This record gives sequence, C-alpha cells and structure tokens, in this order.
Amino acid sequence: MLNELDQQRARDMSPIALSLGTSLTALRPGTKAPDFVLHSTPDQTVSLSEFLGQPVVLAFYPADWSPVCGDQMALYNELLSTFHGLNAALLGVSVDGIWCHLAFAAERKLHFPLLSDFEPKGGVARQFGVYRRQDGTSERALFVIDADGIIRWSYVSPLGVNPGADGVLRALTTLSEEQGDAKQ
Amino acid sequence: MRNSDERATLVVAVSERDHAQGRSDAPITLVEYGDYECPHCGRAYPIVQEVQRRLGDQLRFVFRNFPLSEMHRHAELAAEAAEAAAHQDRFWPMHDTLFEHQRELTDTALVGYAEFIGLDTQRMERELASGAHRGRVREDFVGGARSGVNGTPTFFINGIRHDGPWDVDSLMEALLASLPLALQHENKHARRS
Repeated sequence: MLNELDQQRARDMSPIALSLGTSLTALRPGTKAPDFVLHSTPDQTVSLSEFLGQPVVLAFYPADWSPVCGDQMALYNELLSTFHGLNAALLGVSVDGIWCHLAFAAERKLHFPLLSDFEPKGGVARQFGVYRRQDGTSERALFVIDADGIIRWSYVSPLGVNPGADGVLRALTTLSEEQGDAKQ
Repeated sequence: MRNSDERATLVVAVSERDHAQGRSDAPITLVEYGDYECPHCGRAYPIVQEVQRRLGDQLRFVFRNFPLSEMHRHAELAAEAAEAAAHQDRFWPMHDTLFEHQRELTDTALVGYAEFIGLDTQRMERELASGAHRGRVREDFVGGARSGVNGTPTFFINGIRHDGPWDVDSLMEALLASLPLALQHENKHARRS
C-alpha cells in the first residue's frame, strides 16, 4: 500500500526517471534524521545535531535564484518569528555553492542559514532520499524533525510548486502541543 | 499529521473582523490574501472589481493582508495604513488608492493618500509610528500561511484555495462553479456579460 508521499512521488516521476533508478524515497516520519555537517558561510559549518532539543524545519530546494524557490524562501523568511515562537529552527539546503547562497541570501534579505550541499554534491539530499540524479539538484522537500532528531513529517512537492508553510506549521504545532502535554 | 498535498482550505473563517464588500449572505465568498506592493496583486485588483461587477449581490469579497515585507519594503506599512483607515471607516477607499498607486507607497505618499480620502492624518501617522496595527497585519499573515497561502495573490473561493489562473474568465468560471447547481444555471449569462 503506497502512502500519500509515495503516491505523490509516483505521479511526479516520469518513466525515464524511473529507469535511471532515481526512485530514492524521501525518509519517512519515524525515521531518525541522519546527522550532517554543511557550510553555512565560507568559514562556518552547521550540524544537525547542534539542534537536538528543539524542532528543526529542513527545507531542501532545487536552486538559488529560480523564481519558485525565491517565493518559498521569502515566505519562510517572513514566518521566521512564527517558527521561533514554536521553538523551531529553520535551515534551507540546496546544492548551490556557499558564495551563491551568500549572494542569494543578501539579495533576498534572508535571515536564516542556507546550507551548501555542494561537496560531495547533494550528499545530504541523498541521505534524506531527495536527490534528483537526472537534474543534479535536490527535490523540493520538507522535513520537520523533532527535538530528539526523529523525522515527524515530510513532504516532497512537485518541483515547480511552492509548497507553502501550512504543512510545516501544522507539524510544528502538533510537536509544540505534545511538548506542552509532556510538561503537564 | 496531514500532508499539504490535500486541497488547502481557509483556516480562519470569514468573520466580523474582516474587511468585506458585498452581502454577508452572498452564496459565494472570495477571499484574497494580498500585498499592496506586489505587482501581481496590482494586476488582480481590476480583475476582482470586474468579477464583483458581474456577480453583484451573489459575491462577497474579503481582503486580508499578506505583505512580503522583506521583498517589498513598503508593503507592511501600506497594509498598516489600510488598517488605520479601517479604524476610521475608510478601509476600501484606502485599499483602492493603494492599489491604484502601488509604485508610490513611501511614508509621505501614504499620508497624502490618507488626506485625499479624508482621514484624520495625524491619527493615522500616530498609529503607524506606534505600530498600532502591526499585530492585526501579522495575524492576517500567519492565518494565511496556515491556510496554505504560498505567495500573492492567493484566492480562496468559499473556503477552498483557488490554484488555477485568475484572469477574469478563469476566475468567473471558478466562482460560478462554487455555486449550487440551480444558481449556476441562472448565472450562465454572467460568464459572458
């Protein structure tokens, strides 16, 4: 029985893509998120494990500068205070080089880290099952990871479609409510 | 947890707090999340007016703020100015003026528009300076994001996000399709008028 995510992926994938063996599946909810270390600036790195203890939104996107990504990252940028209000950190990830990320972030006034999954190219995207070998980029994929480092929600959007933030906000709100319940 | 590939629906129901044009019992409600500095919203502005003209009492139109303020540096204050105008019962004149002059939304221009539509400009300036309406604009924004607004303009027709094109004909078609069948029949002429 295919879950919703698999069905979405099956719809998105052309037979050519399938024959090239790119049917890697995005990591599912319940899976431990693989740790990684990626550059956020030329001389600074960010590791996923630094964020243990708080939820993380990991937003893979195909490329800096493409119009849809711009809108998606612009939207998340505007929602930063809402994410922070839910105690969550936001990390953008693409295969672009760090200098490209810096120029993109400066131009769009982005106030969250863009991580460069550049060498080995798409290595982290592959670990999360969202690398598109035929394009050399990642999918447009979202992961919400809980305070214990477990993936609690994931979504792969059709490449040209800005997935918005509703799914992420619902997932973070659920985590926040669980946290509240746990404390009581 | 649900995936966002389900059809996005309006999380914040239309209520008294909204800025609405048209009858509250109209069979169709069109909600727009928009940004006064966004050129696409500027293009949508006369289109919305045209579908309002065609549908008359059958359509209620609601506008909510979704300023992408890092991208459009005047958008946030323009939205707050519209809210300030609402507190003086002049939301729609301000809304229209802002879209009709969306390339000129500096602080000085906003005061000029306020004067033009007959606002107490000192009161508006005071409210803008103190951020009196910032919270309201943010509420609109976050409610929109939770409803699946992913850019501007985003439309909801009777609570369901409209993902298709929004030229007059496409929007009319989608609006009429949301009517009960009996009303759709009566409105066949509206598509072409």
